[in-house]
Amino acid sequence: MDYFLTEEQSMIVEIAKQITDEQIIPKRAELDEKDEFPREILENMGKADLFGVPIPEEYGGFGGGCFDIVLALEQLGRGCIGVATAFAASALGIYPILIAGSEEMKQKYLPAVAAGKKFAAFGLTEANAGSDASGIQTTAVLDGDEWVVNGTKQWITNGGEAQIYTVIAITDRSKGARGASIFVVEEGDPGFSCGPKEKKMGIRASSTTELIFKDCRIPKERLVGRKGTGFITVMKTLDSSRPGIAALGLGIGQACIDEATTYAKQRIQFKKPIIGFQAVQHILADMAIQLEASRALVYASAKHIDAHPKDMSKVSSMCKVMATDMAMKVSTDAVQVMGGYGYMREYPVEKMMRDAKILQIYEGTNQVQRNVIGQELNKEYSRK
Amino acid sequence: MKIVVCIKQVPDAKDVRLDPVTNTLAREGVQSIMNPYDQHAVEEAVRLKEELGGTVTVLSMGPPQAEDVLRQAISCGADNAVLVSDRAFAGADTWATSYTLAKAVQKIGDFDLILCGKQAIDGDTAQVGPGLAIQLDIPFVTCIQKIREATDKELVMERMMDDGYDVLAAGYPILLTVVKDINNPRVPSLKGKMRAKKTEILVLSAADVGADPAKIGLAGSPTQVVNVFPPPPRGERALLTGSIDEQVEQLVEKLAVYL
Repeated sequence: MDYFLTEEQSMIVEIAKQITDEQIIPKRAELDEKDEFPREILENMGKADLFGVPIPEEYGGFGGGCFDIVLALEQLGRGCIGVATAFAASALGIYPILIAGSEEMKQKYLPAVAAGKKFAAFGLTEANAGSDASGIQTTAVLDGDEWVVNGTKQWITNGGEAQIYTVIAITDRSKGARGASIFVVEEGDPGFSCGPKEKKMGIRASSTTELIFKDCRIPKERLVGRKGTGFITVMKTLDSSRPGIAALGLGIGQACIDEATTYAKQRIQFKKPIIGFQAVQHILADMAIQLEASRALVYASAKHIDAHPKDMSKVSSMCKVMATDMAMKVSTDAVQVMGGYGYMREYPVEKMMRDAKILQIYEGTNQVQRNVIGQELNKEYSRK
Repeated sequence: MKIVVCIKQVPDAKDVRLDPVTNTLAREGVQSIMNPYDQHAVEEAVRLKEELGGTVTVLSMGPPQAEDVLRQAISCGADNAVLVSDRAFAGADTWATSYTLAKAVQKIGDFDLILCGKQAIDGDTAQVGPGLAIQLDIPFVTCIQKIREATDKELVMERMMDDGYDVLAAGYPILLTVVKDINNPRVPSLKGKMRAKKTEILVLSAADVGADPAKIGLAGSPTQVVNVFPPPPRGERALLTGSIDEQVEQLVEKLAVYL
């Protein structure tokens, strides 16, 4: 379907497509098999300016919006969402700085991330604070000119690989939701370390670790925005990033349809290609319908967010739910169409199905997204 | 360091067909790309520029649509682009092409280094690079697989040979042709693509470069293509397997048909 992209948007797609086809697809099985972080590919994405897409021009970026990053992530997701997650997590890590950081902070951190020379990570989740972010235990206490951070973050994407971490910690527990703040922690800060890489079902090219803070001392200026605004910034960060996760779902959906349809045309059973059987055609048709409908919602949501940045929660959650549930369904169907071959690692859909599952879980589970949508509806109709 | 890179637009080799009637290359509907070897030459030039400073000018002789490959080179880091384009160049063989490119290089002015791909994948002659060096009366080395060291004064490089490689050192000016092993060409950057869109390409005609009409195009070409034809199709083949005795038995059986 033609979405009448602008020339600049087409350029983003072309570059992301070229990197996906030439660098990610040939390497993805090996990265998955070896749990290997795709540093070289990410550096090449940096040289091609992809990390700069969401960063304003004054900090060395391209100054793109939500739709631009969605287009890039859709292509990368078509190749491997492990690699794409490492890329997306770096953008996620700098969103708090973009949203609430001071001018000095932006000058200090954004140009290196835009160039792909440094990677970022976002530290929110803890053992007892997943869907319920209010369970955060990590604390930051001001001691003279330094903040002292203590606690452990869990399942942090790009842990151990990033140089810049934005971390949420409680600065005043008595203030509840207004008692959390965000800080920048840098690789090498005293008292900061990362745990071993987690062993995951999918997206194995991405690194996932704990972030461990033991009397970690950081300069006073590392506070992002005002003290106590941490949760608001987290919500804005996730609102901005969720369409990107939806875009990864589109990428997987497209890749699954490409693989399953190609296979169905070649696979001969009962003396004809299996695509000639209505049972198979209907599975493929349903996959295509769901993908196109999801794409329409994701693109429309991204454009809405670019035009109305203050009204993004609901559409951002809706497109995340729809596109990632679609990715899980379509990848499962692709394995079904390909039968025993689809289940084997020799074919890429096995990995796609394992990878797709995380999309329904991270950046807010799809159940939490439905909560957000429901609460927004409740608010809207209370005003009417 | 002033570097000139000569590049050619060629039909995508994945898509080459001969017109069955005229036996010439069917260009209709065939996608055009930058000659793959030339992509490596552009990449090496951009790397040298990043290391030593200077400028990279890409030069192509061809029809107006060859602008596409010049813009592609700009998106990958080249600074300027020159297209020599004139109906009078039509039918040029490698000698007339070398002459035309030499006139264009002289028009561009100062240079230290000229890089070319080893050969173009359509003609496959590997003659234009060396021919250009001869026309300009500068030394050349072909099939460079690695530049080990580059300074303002000298290049130390590896020339690919059948059984290994030679290590050579040379000063400037010099022309080198490169093989694919020399580097991995980068993906164009977003900023590069935007710049490529805006860059003005200098288009020069035969008169602009001061070319002698007798030395260009068909008239200036000692090589004339008399006939182009696809190789005759090979007949049906079969591979016999098994022990020698079994294979002989099969062979006799097959030949018996013709007796």
